[in-house]
Amino acid sequence: MATSSTAAQTGPNTPSDSLPEHLTLDDRVGLLRAMLLMRTIEERAMNLYRQGKVPGSFYDGFGQEAVSVGPAWAMAAADRLCPLHRDLGAHLVRGVAPWRIMSQYMGREAGITHGRDGNVHFGDYRTGCVGMVSMLPDMMLVATGMAMAFKLRSEQRCALSWFGDGSTSRGDFHEAMNWAGVQHLPVIFVLENNQFAYSTPLHQQFAVNPVERAEGYGFLGTSVDGNDAEAMFEATRAARARALEGGGPTLIEAVTMRMHGHAAHDDMKYVPKALFDEWRAKDPIDRQSARVAAQGVDVDALKAEVREQVEQATQKALEGEMPDPATATERVFHPRDAEEVLLEDGTAPWSGFPE
Amino acid sequence: MTYLQAISEGLRSEMRDDERVLLMGEDIGVFGGAFKVTDGFIGEFGIDRVMDTPLAESGIVGTAVGAAIVGMRPVCEMQFADFVACGFDQIINVAGKMFYRQGLPVNITVRLPSGGGFSGGPFHSQSPEAWFMHSPGIKVVAPSTAEDAKGLMIASIRDPNPVVYMEHKNLYRRVKGDVPEGSYETPFSARVAREGSELVVITYGAMVNTALEATEDLDTHSGTGGASIMVLDLRTLKPLDEPAILSAVRACSKVVIVDEANQTCAAGAQVAALIAEHAFEDLDGPVVRVASPDVPVPYSPPLEQAVLPSVDRVREACRQLLEY
Repeated sequence: MATSSTAAQTGPNTPSDSLPEHLTLDDRVGLLRAMLLMRTIEERAMNLYRQGKVPGSFYDGFGQEAVSVGPAWAMAAADRLCPLHRDLGAHLVRGVAPWRIMSQYMGREAGITHGRDGNVHFGDYRTGCVGMVSMLPDMMLVATGMAMAFKLRSEQRCALSWFGDGSTSRGDFHEAMNWAGVQHLPVIFVLENNQFAYSTPLHQQFAVNPVERAEGYGFLGTSVDGNDAEAMFEATRAARARALEGGGPTLIEAVTMRMHGHAAHDDMKYVPKALFDEWRAKDPIDRQSARVAAQGVDVDALKAEVREQVEQATQKALEGEMPDPATATERVFHPRDAEEVLLEDGTAPWSGFPE
Repeated sequence: MTYLQAISEGLRSEMRDDERVLLMGEDIGVFGGAFKVTDGFIGEFGIDRVMDTPLAESGIVGTAVGAAIVGMRPVCEMQFADFVACGFDQIINVAGKMFYRQGLPVNITVRLPSGGGFSGGPFHSQSPEAWFMHSPGIKVVAPSTAEDAKGLMIASIRDPNPVVYMEHKNLYRRVKGDVPEGSYETPFSARVAREGSELVVITYGAMVNTALEATEDLDTHSGTGGASIMVLDLRTLKPLDEPAILSAVRACSKVVIVDEANQTCAAGAQVAALIAEHAFEDLDGPVVRVASPDVPVPYSPPLEQAVLPSVDRVREACRQLLEY
């Protein structure tokens, strides 16, 4: 299989002893905290799904937490993000409250979409995030368009879009890569190579690893260990710095593995056990936990704190109302005389940004 | 001023008034557009605001959505309306549903040079307005006069929602009319193109002119003299001006609906359904539809003329209904 080399690029699950150049200990703990929060929320939500409290199906990013948390940590408040359905961590970094996410999963009025869309199909415009659509990778073009506006207005800002390995087969991938290359835009494309698009393995998706295509579009493509939050942060930080200096787009391939089924109903019987076991040993949370524990951080206490936070969020969400059926036909069009609504700045916790 | 010049005037007026307005499309800059709607624009507004894009319709719409949600007001040109099929997903699934799902309005205008009548063949002659009427969150306008072409363009750009602007290619240079100077908006509502009391022809776009010509001084077979025929120009297809339609039916009792588009699920089908549902008691005869049959628009003139609704077909439909 031509693409198995990508898996081989990921390093062994050994903690890095030295402090990374651009991350303080607070940053490193923050990365771990966001990943823990993502995993704990999704585990709790899967439990709610099995109890019949989450309608439809449920999608999560178990095992891929570093892919969204690392890049989101590198993005400034004024930057704009298009997270995908396995990127809950990006929403958490940008400041969406866990109880609203739980409300979202359960179709409650207090959810980010007020029950109008489900699971991770949301974007809180007040955090600078645009919600995904199921047609992948449509949001690559939206991110490209945002970057185009930033460049036209000479603003020092950047846009970022995540998408999966399956997305690289569709035309919008090509149109966005080409457009961003032609116009030399400040946009970062994060390809989540998680080995399967639903059940389809990589060798049935592409003949050439998509990261190699970046060069053909006139910009840099780089392959990163997608289970290493700090490596993902660093690759994104560098891509962002390059974009703001006029260096154009970057394609970052995050090599990872989807450790759950495509959705809650998927038993993953198509995944070879050896592959699964190989990736279980590379868990991104275990890796980051070992790193910060080596710096004297009490990881167990952090985990307990996150569990408590998620439990409180769950209870608050469970107390919330379902949406009023009478509102189902409202807000299809924005009223002409209403105040203009645009994406707003999100939280940017990285210590490297000026206060 | 021609219909085409009026579209240009609308674009120019908004670009001068609002620096957020940005034109995007294939060959619209240096070349001035396949139909020259943006001829000379690049000299006044520069290459950034009159953007020659890659040949990528999905890319044009998708990047326009991105630019809109960070504060631009993009106007996208599809070189021919037919090509919007390649950008369909971004309009339907991204732009049309963004506000409902996340409270984030998408202020884009998508210009679709549409319609047949000049041997453009199956891929340069379509009237795809109903594709967008059927999908929530998208407005659809279709001017028939020069005055409305400018006013609806300005209104479309100012509307905070995605607007599909149908501009009929056959009207570009054939339709001329007085156009007010300066900036003005044409409301998203219907217009009585001609008053009448015995029958109303409900239509839009190029078929407004066909209907006016077909029913001017219309005599019936029994030779009772010129009939009084109203022509209602819908101007906006989504939202449909339901009060204006029902009011016209009440006033005239007989209705002919004309679409240039393929007949199944055309805009006129929705008008007919509306009348059946809300104006049944006001009718004095069956609702009659004239539309293109469900075939691709053929290339060769005799074939194309056999498909597109003609002045004669509309006249005959009105005659028969008057005698019902």
